[in-house]
Amino acid sequence: MSLLLTTKLTKHFGENRAVDGVDFAVREGQVLALIGSNGAGKTSLVNLISGLLRADSGQIQFRGVDVTAESVHGRIRAGIARSFQLVNLFDQLTCLDNVALSIFAREGKARKLFSLARRYRGIWEEAAEVLHRFGLDGKARMLAGGIAQGERKLLDVAVAYALHPRLLFLDEPTSGVSTREKAPIMDTISSIVRSQGITAVIIEHDMDIVFNYSDRIVCMHQGTILAEGTPDEIRRNESVTTTLIGTPAS
Amino acid sequence: MTAAVLSGEGRSPVKVVASAAPVVVLLWVLPYVLAPYKTLLLTYGLVMAIAALGFNLLLGYTGLLSFGHSAFFGVGAYAVAFMVKYLDLTSMELFIVGATVASAFVTALFGLVCVRYTRIFFSILTLALSQVLWSLAFKFFWVTGGTDGLRVPTPRLLGRAVAASEDKTTFLVHAYYSYVLVVFLACVALMWVIVNSPFGKALQAIRDNETRAEFVGVQIWRYRWIAFMVSGVFTGLAGALWVPLNGLTTPDILYWPFSGEIVFMAVLGGFRTFSGPIVGAIVFNYLKTYAVGFTVYWQLLLGVILVTLVLALPTGITGTAGQLLARLRRAA
Ligand SMILES: Nc1ncnc2c1ncn2[C@@H]1O[C@H](COP(=O)(O)OP(=O)(O)OP(=O)(O)O)[C@@H](O)[C@H]1O
Ligand SMILES: [Mg+2]
Repeated sequence: MSLLLTTKLTKHFGENRAVDGVDFAVREGQVLALIGSNGAGKTSLVNLISGLLRADSGQIQFRGVDVTAESVHGRIRAGIARSFQLVNLFDQLTCLDNVALSIFAREGKARKLFSLARRYRGIWEEAAEVLHRFGLDGKARMLAGGIAQGERKLLDVAVAYALHPRLLFLDEPTSGVSTREKAPIMDTISSIVRSQGITAVIIEHDMDIVFNYSDRIVCMHQGTILAEGTPDEIRRNESVTTTLIGTPAS
Repeated sequence: MTAAVLSGEGRSPVKVVASAAPVVVLLWVLPYVLAPYKTLLLTYGLVMAIAALGFNLLLGYTGLLSFGHSAFFGVGAYAVAFMVKYLDLTSMELFIVGATVASAFVTALFGLVCVRYTRIFFSILTLALSQVLWSLAFKFFWVTGGTDGLRVPTPRLLGRAVAASEDKTTFLVHAYYSYVLVVFLACVALMWVIVNSPFGKALQAIRDNETRAEFVGVQIWRYRWIAFMVSGVFTGLAGALWVPLNGLTTPDILYWPFSGEIVFMAVLGGFRTFSGPIVGAIVFNYLKTYAVGFTVYWQLLLGVILVTLVLALPTGITGTAGQLLARLRRAA
């Protein structure tokens, strides 16, 4: 059975059919790449599933439960987490704080008003451990607003990862960094996701990365799913290659 | 750099208490050295510091600029005046309880409306609601005393009334000052815990990035609502401590320029640091007193000072002091 299943999911912005009757399925344990040219509707689809946008029509099922009407908070509780295409961090907090906040929220401790945050040793240790996994040890005490772009992309993923999601959406985790930095970032993310058995959906433009790191690929075009299959199948699919030709590689 | 002051797992409470101890000792002995009039000003300063501290939980930590904190200050003050007028109460402890309950009730209500908005919309809503209270104070003049206000006599502190031999100034400058100082210290300690709690971190996260905060599972408006209440209750408590000092409460403290004064205090001291609003409130009280004595255009003068300050010291007194200290340390 699918971990996530959308049925006829639709979101229009006026005349613009950003997401148009999409049936999208993600199986447990997969690393799935979501590809498509600019404006294909990839981010919009993730926005619908994560609750940032409300669907015009259609259903979203997660672990067999209809979450279409669920709040963002409810979806996070259910196990859906996401990172953002444009880095979205708490810039005036330290990197350690950024990750720790996810853990406080996950543990239901973020509402504690009358006890010092520093008392929760276990949470700080876990936050430090998460930073370590993402190779950000040295940045723990730096403000998130003051680290390099590549590190910010990783921290953005780390903040979502620290929620211990069952399904993790990563919206272009390597956009805005130099080509040289892309592979190391993907290596880090991929090894964490695979070693923890997290199901992940990665939106990516760089086809080398897509073919290298994913088990399955879904290609969107003008709000609909154009094709899906294994990397080999997608590589041979002519409609995919023609629609992606003429779009920038990254 | 100043932002770093608000961040990290937080300093050890022991170290914080140790570094604050000299200031506490100084505050404790000041009434014995200062002229009574100056001590009186300091008492006002400490009272306003509680209000500004509450205000800054919203501005500095949650990123919400309230332009209606006069409402909560006024609710605290009028709650005390009503307890005197209708219940014949004289106990300061009961006044504090009453003002806390009253301001918690009003802030809970106002908060439900206001925290659904941010930025200028939030500011305007808080301003509008405070003006509603202000006009009510006029409309129901038979209850509130209208422009004449309501008189509040010297209260009993821990059951002890002013001795017959003691004049009112001595009472205010010594017994009442000490009382205010203790409440002030308790408020500072409590607020310090709150801003360094997990909840305080969540507020700062909301301030920095509302969307992301929501996507780590923080229910934004609930947190804002609680912050709004805590903020308002601190300010209401300040109102309660202020009435006996002033001897009278009038609708002036519900009027918007008074909200402006609270904003001024936080900006003057530095809203990006914990201690900024405290320093700002105390300094503001002296500034205002001298400005009033100096010219009838004191509001204009204060306005000019504020503009100059914002341009010259954008991080306020404490922020600038911190930067200077850091520079000195690097030079040494
Ligand atoms: N909030 C919005 N309001 C109006 N139109 C929107 C909104 N969000 C997205 N769109 C439009 O919907 C379409 C799909 O956008 P979306 O961001 O989902 O594309 P994408 O596949 O993520 O593209 P990219 O690769 O450039 O990130 C685009 O035409 C975009 O302009
Ligand atoms: Mg996108």
